[in-house]
Amino acid sequence: MEKVKTLFDVIGPVMIGPSSSHTAGAVRIGLLAGKIFGEIPQKVSFKLYNSFAKTGRGHGTDKGLLGGVLGMDVDSESIKKSFDIANKLNVEYNFEYLEDYNRHPNSVDIILQGKNIEKMKISGISKGAGEVAVTKINGYNFNINGDYDTLVLIYKDKPGMIYKVTALIQSANLNIASMHCDRNAKGQEASMGICLDGGISNEIFDKLEQIEEVYLIRNIEMLKK
Amino acid sequence: MIKPDNFKDFLALAEKENKKLYEICQKYEADSLEIAQEEIRDRVKIVLDAMKDAIKKGLNSKEKSSSGLSGDDCAKLIERYKKGKSLFSKTCQKVLTYSLATIEQNARMGKIAACPTAGSCGIVPSVIVAMAEAMDFDEEIQINALITAGFIGEVVSEKLALAGAVAGCQSECGVAAAMAAAALAEMCGATNEQILNAAALTLKNILGLVCDPVAGLVEVPCVKRNAFLSVYAVTGAELALAGIQSVIPIDEIVEAMKQVGDMISPKLKESSEAGLAVTPTGLKITYELSQKWQNP
Repeated sequence: MEKVKTLFDVIGPVMIGPSSSHTAGAVRIGLLAGKIFGEIPQKVSFKLYNSFAKTGRGHGTDKGLLGGVLGMDVDSESIKKSFDIANKLNVEYNFEYLEDYNRHPNSVDIILQGKNIEKMKISGISKGAGEVAVTKINGYNFNINGDYDTLVLIYKDKPGMIYKVTALIQSANLNIASMHCDRNAKGQEASMGICLDGGISNEIFDKLEQIEEVYLIRNIEMLKK
Repeated sequence: MIKPDNFKDFLALAEKENKKLYEICQKYEADSLEIAQEEIRDRVKIVLDAMKDAIKKGLNSKEKSSSGLSGDDCAKLIERYKKGKSLFSKTCQKVLTYSLATIEQNARMGKIAACPTAGSCGIVPSVIVAMAEAMDFDEEIQINALITAGFIGEVVSEKLALAGAVAGCQSECGVAAAMAAAALAEMCGATNEQILNAAALTLKNILGLVCDPVAGLVEVPCVKRNAFLSVYAVTGAELALAGIQSVIPIDEIVEAMKQVGDMISPKLKESSEAGLAVTPTGLKITYELSQKWQNP
């Protein structure tokens, strides 16, 4: 564990073992990915890299990732049975174990397919002590760590989009803690990740969703500590 | 008030206000989270209850971990004690079994409370819960003890990351033992100074402990190390309660620990590239598991 923030980083968290980075961290990456995808997938593939690949099975990294995608939290005793639970829900899943030392030691790509969303690719890393980050969604760079309520947007790249979004956030008197934008090419798709000091109301979310150029929007609630 | 980042200042503050260390810690925690002190204690109780639950489940299981490397040692210990055989007092028997029960729960993907980490989760609960049962300490006293344990870990972490990958096992199981020793001293009515001595004496003797897990798993040597260090923590409290002092003050020990941690080779910091992990048997296990799991 890195430098402690509160007493409960030392005595806790209550979690399913055996490893905060390889088990609890895996669950939290899965949880974030599931929330970003926004529905229970029909099919999900996991590509585990490096230490995740090498020691993943002994640490239950596979069960943790899948359990997280299905909405289980780090202290859920269902994690151990997540393969069975996925089978019951008719969720098809598979794992690949790879080496790529250009990647973080504990990284994973999650490819999800569902009823309403054809395909989404989400990448995450586990940084130790249960701290995680979603680093990419469909190729766009993000840094979503579950410490804040976070808005995720993918939209048409055109002038005024950031203004439109932030003006609505401002109208709710919400403070933006940090913001990260990315795009592939001018005039095509772009992405925004906005960390907020507080939750966003359904009303504002609906207004954001109605902006014509927004292709995808998600409100990712802060993860339970 | 700015929170001190070392033991000396915390002790001075506690003495000035005529309070126990856990009271000072609990107040800072409540202030920083902007909640009442009672709520802090309620949250600590949730962790304590999770610890007790893990002990209970662990005592009743022989299920092996997915690697098969651990899971049935606690049962062996219980079997021995059932026959009335032991070198230990009933109390220390409990400490030892509760410690193995918890860390085996961790290895078999059971629910535990990391303390400070998952790999060292057996040490603090076994000492607090076993000793409280043996000496009839009520829940409030156990909560005071767990806050004391957290306080020790929190202040150490100001100087040193509590992670085997950063500073070796001295910063995981070693710190857990110091936390447990201080917690036990608190339960037994030690003064603030004695509590810090319990932690200091305990920390001093595990400097340099490396993290060299076989096949990278939290099992060998972690499971049995939890058992060893929980009884070892009792020694720390026992010495301090007798008024024995650490010649080196605890803040200086933490500095020394950081220095030693920096000097430990990265190969002995959770990367499984040296030590027990690369013994012929360690390598054989690693190979067999990689075949079984088809690792890259």
